[in-house]
Amino acid sequence: MPDVGSDEAERERRFQARIDAGEKIEPNDWMPDAYRRQLVRMMSQHAHSEVVGMLPEGNWITRAPSLRRKQTLLAKVQDEAGHGLYLYGAVETLGVAREALIADLLAGRAKYSSIFNYPTLTWADMGAIGWLVDGAAILNQTMLTKCSYGPYARAMVRICKEERFHEKQGYELIAVLARGTPDQRAMAQSALDRWWWPTLQMFGPPDDASTHNEQLLRWRVKQMSNDELRQWFVDLTVPQAREIGLAIPDPELSFDEASGHWRIGPIDWDEFWRVVKGGGTCNRDRIDARQRAHDEGRWVREAAEAYAKKRQA
Amino acid sequence: MNASVEELLALADDRLVLGHRLSEWCGHAPILEEDIALSNVGLDLLGQATRFLELAGEREGRGRSADQLAFLRDPTEFRNCLLVEQPNGDFARTIARQVLFDAAALPELERLARGGDAELAALAAQAAKESRYHARHTRDWFVRLGDGSEESHRRMQAALDFLWPFTAELYAGRGELRAELETLAAQATLELPGDPDFPASGGRRGTHSEHLDHLLSEMQCVARAHPGAQW
Amino acid sequence: MTSEDSQWPLWEVFVQEKTGQPHEHAGSVHAPDAELALQAARDVYARRGPVVSLWVVESARIAATAPADAASFLEPGPEKIYRHPRFYSVPKAGKSGKKP
Repeated sequence: MPDVGSDEAERERRFQARIDAGEKIEPNDWMPDAYRRQLVRMMSQHAHSEVVGMLPEGNWITRAPSLRRKQTLLAKVQDEAGHGLYLYGAVETLGVAREALIADLLAGRAKYSSIFNYPTLTWADMGAIGWLVDGAAILNQTMLTKCSYGPYARAMVRICKEERFHEKQGYELIAVLARGTPDQRAMAQSALDRWWWPTLQMFGPPDDASTHNEQLLRWRVKQMSNDELRQWFVDLTVPQAREIGLAIPDPELSFDEASGHWRIGPIDWDEFWRVVKGGGTCNRDRIDARQRAHDEGRWVREAAEAYAKKRQA
Repeated sequence: MNASVEELLALADDRLVLGHRLSEWCGHAPILEEDIALSNVGLDLLGQATRFLELAGEREGRGRSADQLAFLRDPTEFRNCLLVEQPNGDFARTIARQVLFDAAALPELERLARGGDAELAALAAQAAKESRYHARHTRDWFVRLGDGSEESHRRMQAALDFLWPFTAELYAGRGELRAELETLAAQATLELPGDPDFPASGGRRGTHSEHLDHLLSEMQCVARAHPGAQW
Repeated sequence: MTSEDSQWPLWEVFVQEKTGQPHEHAGSVHAPDAELALQAARDVYARRGPVVSLWVVESARIAATAPADAASFLEPGPEKIYRHPRFYSVPKAGKSGKKP
C-alpha cells in the first residue's frame, strides 16, 4: 500500500529543490496547495489593485489642466486597466475564472491595495500618486520579475516596462507644481503631506508582524521583505523630495551616516488597519463604482455573447 | 487653398469634446477590454485635437497656444457639432454617437488629405488612418448590439433614434449618410430613422446645447483657477 | 434573470514583432468572438508596437503536453547524437566552398 504521506513529502522536497535551483514553476507543474493558494491570493490582489487604482486617478482626467497632461493621465489609467488584465490572466493560469475573481472583489471577500481607499483631492495628487504610489509599486514589481511562478514573473516584466513612464510623469508633474505659483507649490506640498505615510504602508506590515513573509521568501515568490522594500523606497524618494524643495512630513526623518540610510519616524499601523478594514474615505465609493460598471455592463456582455451564439448555430 | 481658422477649430473641437466624453468611460466600461478600447479612441481624438488646435492657433496669429484655445475659450467660441457634446448615456448611445461621427468624419478627412492645404492634409491623413480603426471597432459593436439580445437591440435602436437628428450638422446632403449606413444598419437589424422635422444645428456657429457648458466647466476649471500657470 | 456573469471566453494571444521572427505568446484576453479578440489583442499587446502580426486562439482549443508526459514525450535522450551536426567531422574542403 503506497504511503501517501511520504509521497507528498517527496513531491514537496522535489518542488523545493526546483525552487532552490532557480527554476520557474509553470501552470501545469505540480505545486503544494499552499503555494497555489498564496499565488492566487497575491496575483488576484495585485489585479484588483490595478483595476481599483484606475478610479482615484480617473477622477481627474476630465479636469487635467493641459492637453498633454490630459492625454498622459488617460494613457496611464489605460495602462492600469491593461495591467489588471495581464494579472487576471496570470491568475487564470491557476484555474480561477475572472468571473469568480470579480465576484469576490465586489462581495468584499477579496483585498486590494488599501492606498486606493484615499481620496484624490487636488490636481497635485496626480503627481503624488505617480511619483510615490507608482514609485513604490515599481520596486515591488521589479522584485517580482524574479518570482518563481512563471506567468506572474512574465506579467511583471511586461508591467515594469510600462510602469517606467508612470513614475516619471508623476514626479515631473509635481516638480513643475513645486516650482510654480505659490498656490501650485502649496498644492504640491499638501499632496505630499497626505500621500507620504499611506505610501510607506503600501509595503505591508513590518516583517515581524507579517504572516506570509517567511514562506513567500522560501518559495522565492518574494525576494525581499516588506521592511527591506520600504527602506529601499525611502532612500530613493527622500532625495527626490529635497531636489524639488518639498518637505517630507516626518519630524523624525534623519540620515544615518553609519548605514547610509534615511531613518523614518513611527508608522501608524492602527490607522493602516482601520483603512484596510473599511474605515478609509473611499472604500465604499471604490466598490460601488466597480459594482455599477459591472451591473450596467451586464447587458453589453450578454449581447455580445448572444450575437456570437447566433453565429455558431 | 488653406483652410480657415473656423474650419480648423471645428475639426479640433469635434475631437476635443468627443475625446473628453470617451475619457469619461475609463474605469467604468462594461469590461476591462473595453476600458482599454474606448481610452484608445479617446487618446487618438485628443491627439488629433491637439494638432488641429496648434495649427489653428498658428494661422490665427494671435499667439494662442493649443492649451489656451482648449482651456480658455468660452462655450460660444467652440465650433464642435452638437452630436459630440451629447452625454455618453449608456454604452449603446456612446457606440451610436461614435459610428455616426466617424461615418461623416472619415470621408471629410480623406477629402482634406487629398486637398491643397499641405499642412492640414498631413494631419488629416494621420487622423483618417486612426479613424478607420475606430470605425472598425465601433461598427463591430453596432452590429453586435443591434443583432445581439432583445435588450441590446432596443437600446441600440433608441440610441440611433435619439442621435439621428444631430447628424444634420455633419452632412451636406442627408442622402449621403443614409447610403453610407444602410448596409451597416441592415446587418445590425436596425432601422435608420426618418428625417426629423427639426434637424439640430448651431454648433458650428457657437450655439450649443446646455451640455457643452457643463462639460467645459469641468474640463477647464483647474486651468482657469490658476491663470498663467505652467503644468 | 440570472446572477451569473460572463466575462467572455479566454483567448491566448501570440505576437510577431518583426517579419521573420516567430510569433511569441504574449498573454491572454477575454472576447466573445475572434474579431473582437483580435482588436483586444491589438489594444492590449500591440499598443506600444512594434508588432506586424497577431494571432489569437481560444484557450480551450489549445492542446498541450502535460508535465507527466515530459520524460517519455519530450526528452530527446542522449543516445541519438547523430541528429546533431557536431557529431560529424568533415574534411576541411567539405566544410565550405568559396561563394561565386
